[in-house]
Amino acid sequence: MSAHDEILEPRPQGAIARFRAFREKQPHLFLLVLMMLVAFFMMDPRTWVVLTISGLAMGAMVFLMASGMTLTFGLMNVLNLAHGAFISLGAFAGATVLVHWLNASAGESSLLANLAAVVPALGFALAVAGVVGLLFERLVIRPVYGDHLKQILVTVGGSIILMEMIHVIWGPNEIPVPRPDALTGAFLVPESWPVIGGVALEKYRLIAVILGLAVYGMMTWVIEHTRTGILIRAGVEDQEMVEVHGYRIRLLFLGVFVAGSALAGLGGAMWAMYREIITAHMGDELMISVIVVIILGGLGSIKGCFYGAVLVGLINLYVGYLEPRLAAVATVGLMVGVLMWRPQGLIPVIKV
Amino acid sequence: MSDPILSLTGVRADIDQYHILHGVDLQVPKGELTVLLGRNGAGKSTTLRTIMGLTTVTGGQVRFQGEDITGQPTPRIARKGIAFVPENMGIFSLLTVRENMVLAAVSGPMDEQRLNWIFELFPPMKKFWNRPAGNLSGGQKQMLAIARAVIEPRELLLVDEPTKGLAPAIINDLADAFEQLKQQQVSILLVEQNFNFSRRLGQSVAVMNDGGVVYAGQMAELADNEELQQELLGLGLGAHQ
Ligand SMILES: Nc1ncnc2c1ncn2[C@@H]1O[C@H](COP(=O)(O)OP(=O)(O)OP(=O)(O)O)[C@@H](O)[C@H]1O
Ligand SMILES: [Mg+2]
Repeated sequence: MSAHDEILEPRPQGAIARFRAFREKQPHLFLLVLMMLVAFFMMDPRTWVVLTISGLAMGAMVFLMASGMTLTFGLMNVLNLAHGAFISLGAFAGATVLVHWLNASAGESSLLANLAAVVPALGFALAVAGVVGLLFERLVIRPVYGDHLKQILVTVGGSIILMEMIHVIWGPNEIPVPRPDALTGAFLVPESWPVIGGVALEKYRLIAVILGLAVYGMMTWVIEHTRTGILIRAGVEDQEMVEVHGYRIRLLFLGVFVAGSALAGLGGAMWAMYREIITAHMGDELMISVIVVIILGGLGSIKGCFYGAVLVGLINLYVGYLEPRLAAVATVGLMVGVLMWRPQGLIPVIKV
Repeated sequence: MSDPILSLTGVRADIDQYHILHGVDLQVPKGELTVLLGRNGAGKSTTLRTIMGLTTVTGGQVRFQGEDITGQPTPRIARKGIAFVPENMGIFSLLTVRENMVLAAVSGPMDEQRLNWIFELFPPMKKFWNRPAGNLSGGQKQMLAIARAVIEPRELLLVDEPTKGLAPAIINDLADAFEQLKQQQVSILLVEQNFNFSRRLGQSVAVMNDGGVVYAGQMAELADNEELQQELLGLGLGAHQ
């Protein structure tokens, strides 16, 4: 009863109305602010800053992995349960380049030499996942357009094949991933800064956040402002009419599928450097977060996917710190809570 | 008469497992407006969709500008210069009016002059340019659907019941737009239930019944022959005035 009374506490009408409007119109921002505020009052501000950055970093990486899947589902109505295999594939491809390159330039710790290793590693992960995505769409997905049950069966099968191929190429064991020197260590906030002076922020996490934001910005730009983006949004709504205007929707599908797979690979490679150890099944483990994120965000929505990923990242870190035993349930709990509030997810795009 | 721009001979088409068209014969003369009439369920919409490659053709032939386009994929048919305005208009409601038009201008940036001409034909398009198309009224959506079809020069327009549910004033605007297109020598195949509207615009006419064409001729002929109208369409001349 007491909680109930608090909610009913009289407040100026205008403020309540504005608050309600914010909650309904910007549910993603509302939830983000709410979560960050609650956490802020439950811990020391310096810890909060560190956890928030880490949560954002995790969110950024999960966003990279999830964005492709939400588009594939939103545009093509394809449930690709092999998406996780592309995450693993990217991780192994990236790790291979890193190992070779860092061995070659052993001992070099200059930023340039390190970047020279990281950029090709990420590029290779992107390329390998993209090319395999191209083959996968042609061979596995194409025959099962329009049939969810077959998609589930066929993509689970495809996923097993991809993971076995990883075992064949890289062996069955977990592989340690060297993180280049320039990306290890932390960035110290100057002591003179108020409240958070002296806090150590891991460099790699900051870079992950920046990369995630950059990809989000680029995707948003493509979707909002280019012809391809218009076609993607139109295709989510009515594929037949896109074809009636002279565009080959299958080609658009293929492009989106390849881009989505490539981004999953990029996310996987980022995750590999973050965890510094990889297994063929890492993708499957991450798929739980990925699926939560795309459902939470609203299927087919890039913006929803981004905010969903950030929320999942943050709740993981906050709860993991406050009550480690609850960390595992927090993610799923968040999804259930959001779906009870908004059954279509935070930013619904399509009706399922 | 010169060669028709579009001709269907003995076209049979299925939707899923149903046989809908049982041998349609239809000619659309070049540079004219042809009206396709017929009772509800006669197969008019299915005929247009079949021309666009949206049904399964099981027999017969569709020729466009002398070329056999039967069974070709929809995008390829569209790129030959055929625009299609379906019965439900097919507006992308989540896209803005502008984005709908950008998408329809397949070969690149929109032509400034043509756009101004469209704005003159349909002033609401200019007014709501950057609004989501889903917010437009029914009549405005119809305007957008036709605007999309003519944003680039086309050889042939297929338009399915553009006057459905529209107020008389807007129907007049649409008629003006079709008059202008006729003057530009665009070939048009128009499905229309409103006989006054179609009589005013149509040069040739075809009447369908039960999946086939049962009458084809000049509109003037049909318009003057009440008995024929009664027989083909079940309507007297006065009934829809
Ligand atoms: N998707 C479908 N599945 C099965 N039957 C269909 C389908 N679409 C149309 N039909 C059938 O095909 C026949 C022709 O339909 P069509 O829509 O072409 O008629 P129409 O002449 O356009 O009628 P209206 O004037 O009512 O628009 C009808 O008997 C209809 O029931
Ligand atoms: Mg119809």
